[in-house]
Amino acid sequence: MSPDTTTDRAVDPAQYLIRGVSPLGGEATDLLVRGGVIAASGPDAASGAAADAVTIEADGLVALPGMVDLHTHLREPGREDAETVETGSRAAALGGFTAIHAMANSSPVADTAGVVEQVYRLGLASGWVEVRPVGAVTVGLAGERLAELGAMAESRASVRVFSDDGICVHDPVLMRRALEYVKAFDGVIAQHAQEPRLTEGAQMNEGEVSAVLGLTGWPAVAEESIIARDVLLAQHVGSRLHVCHVSTAGSVEIIRWAKARGIDVTAEVTPHHLLLTDELVRSYDPVYKVNPPLRTSDDVHALRAALADGTIDVVGTDHAPHPSEHKECEWAQAAMGMTGLETALSVVQHTMVETGLLDWAGFARVTSVTPARIGRLDHQGRPLAVGEPANLILVDPAARWTVDPTTMATKGRNSPFRGLELPGRVRATFFEGHPTVLDGHLSTPRRGQVPATAVDGEDAAWNI
Amino acid sequence: MKHLLSTQDLSARNALRLLDTAEEMAAVGEREIKKLPALRGRTVVNLFFEDSTRTRISFEAAAKRLSADVINFAAKGSSVSKGESLKDTAQTLEAMSADAVVIRHPASGAPARLAASGWIDAAVVNAGDGTHEHPTQALLDAFTLRRHWARIAGNPSAGTTLVGMKVLIVGDVLHSRVARSNVWLLTTLGAEVLLAGPPTLLPVGVGSWPCTVFYNLDDALAQRPDAVMMLRLQAERMNAAFFPSTREYSRRWGFDDGRLALLDTMGLDDTVIMHPGPMNRGLEISSAAADSPRSTVLAQVRNGVSVRMAALYLLLSGDPQDDDDHSDDRPHQDDPFATTPEGRTP
Repeated sequence: MSPDTTTDRAVDPAQYLIRGVSPLGGEATDLLVRGGVIAASGPDAASGAAADAVTIEADGLVALPGMVDLHTHLREPGREDAETVETGSRAAALGGFTAIHAMANSSPVADTAGVVEQVYRLGLASGWVEVRPVGAVTVGLAGERLAELGAMAESRASVRVFSDDGICVHDPVLMRRALEYVKAFDGVIAQHAQEPRLTEGAQMNEGEVSAVLGLTGWPAVAEESIIARDVLLAQHVGSRLHVCHVSTAGSVEIIRWAKARGIDVTAEVTPHHLLLTDELVRSYDPVYKVNPPLRTSDDVHALRAALADGTIDVVGTDHAPHPSEHKECEWAQAAMGMTGLETALSVVQHTMVETGLLDWAGFARVTSVTPARIGRLDHQGRPLAVGEPANLILVDPAARWTVDPTTMATKGRNSPFRGLELPGRVRATFFEGHPTVLDGHLSTPRRGQVPATAVDGEDAAWNI
Repeated sequence: MKHLLSTQDLSARNALRLLDTAEEMAAVGEREIKKLPALRGRTVVNLFFEDSTRTRISFEAAAKRLSADVINFAAKGSSVSKGESLKDTAQTLEAMSADAVVIRHPASGAPARLAASGWIDAAVVNAGDGTHEHPTQALLDAFTLRRHWARIAGNPSAGTTLVGMKVLIVGDVLHSRVARSNVWLLTTLGAEVLLAGPPTLLPVGVGSWPCTVFYNLDDALAQRPDAVMMLRLQAERMNAAFFPSTREYSRRWGFDDGRLALLDTMGLDDTVIMHPGPMNRGLEISSAAADSPRSTVLAQVRNGVSVRMAALYLLLSGDPQDDDDHSDDRPHQDDPFATTPEGRTP
């Protein structure tokens, strides 16, 4: 089946006239959103707007394509105490996303058409953003045999991104086969690059800080050796590879080399790896415990440069909410992961835009255009042009705010940016022409996407 | 000082105050009535998530000699993840009005976590956390070394530093909280520290430590150390390929009879041999070395009580000369963003 597109869905009947906004930070103009698309721009927008159009004064705001996250943990099904599709997609809308990819490490694992369709349906029912399930590469993330990748690809969820994220597909034969197999439906393997033997019991980046803290080291080479192997495999079988959450300067060098050789590899970096370093672990506060671990300042600078020059293609949040009891404990016992959906835009603005490494067009490239292309989302990450789907956000780049995890929409309180003042706020999010966020607050979800009968039938199936 | 969590953040002044106070406490131990009323009515909890009878009874003796009430709370490490959390345990002790918590824990950083969490108001004393630190062990080692150093110089121990002293630490530094605490404390007190061990058992990042590193024990001994501290080797490390066999380890890094004789040959008459215990005789140290007049093993045990008395006394009696009242306001303990951008890349 083909992926759902805007044409399958009901459309917000209202019109929205956005006045004085700067598309990609350029010259101010007006945009008219109507019928799920950008219906007019410039002087045509106001003249074409109906008398009852909702006017949004956007002086000083930047219009950007809605952000697309290739790497979100929504925890549902299985750990609804940590996050649900509903709460996670609310957080995403507030953070400026119009599409997110839900990672497969739920319980049960998203390794069958049934589970990915369930997550997909939950996303449609929530209506805050587009929720695209990621399918597991191997059954139960066990790394032993391939999951039914084709069935997931052909399901209503139309899975294109496959990942055992959280666990590395470390068997080289299995990785090779997965890379080859997904070519049949234009899929991509998103690898969590972590050599398991080199990281047994690993707690933090191996280096000067781990030596002092007595925490088992997580060497950079554990990531780099897998990436090196995988780019060579991808070259050998002519497949598409995506590297999740690149965290070391050495990984950047390998990916740069691979791209120079014409290997079809894309790479992702998280906001936290663009800002935070392992020095924070000196507090032993598990809010800084994450996989891959926070690295050194040299790594941070290499990652920023790589994102600026295109060696790293996209920002992925690796949003990983955890219940507080999984962080209110000793470091070694604590869960790995950080929330990120509601801080991603600000952290990327702070680390990449305000440092002059990226302009807003570059920001759109790494947060929307390229992730949409990798995930094969045809109607996301589009130009802000007449006739294009109205997946767009309005951002106030001059705003300053202090991160307070207790006020976030995600259930997770594990933000490593707690207490930090950051630039940039999302003022509005338009998801297929409907404002899910207005004035910086949640508005209403987009309605009417799912035929009622289908939801009822599906409900009956999974409530037994 | 509000807590004693590590020697890395212990100032030279506080370290000397602890050692000087320990000298006074040692004098109490030589009296007929080995007891002071200093901590009468105060409650010290020994919270041990890991078996360590030696350290526990040393803290227990120290607290009792100061007239504190002592509660021993033995909790196995496995129950932490499966049953009661550290947070619940801490809040239980808080509800029981503990004034000090002496914690031994298999997880590095657990005492720091306890101290910074706000779960408990009590003073926290680190009695060994994972492979991080064991500050009272380092203090008793420094105390022992200082007495030795002062004696050969003919000075009183109190007020003396370790300037000019060369201390060689040998063995599994990677997994040793004793080694870490000693590296920081001994260098703070002015000693020069040398490390020797197999490269697999020296941490990546050791190059940034204020030490000279040797892979060959005999090369390190040729530097004429004033003290040689042998670390306990856990034989199961062999299973993780840190070294080929205990016999090879013993030959290359054990303090055997040949190396004991070498000290005599080199004329190092005042060089002492230390071990934190419990010893693996015949593995990292030979019986002849352990029982030789150079061995300070029993003095270390004896001095442990004095040092722990000093720590409890200074933490609980409100040290009037405290020079770092704000130690618990450090950004890495309360609010990592309060003052310093360290850990965030500008």
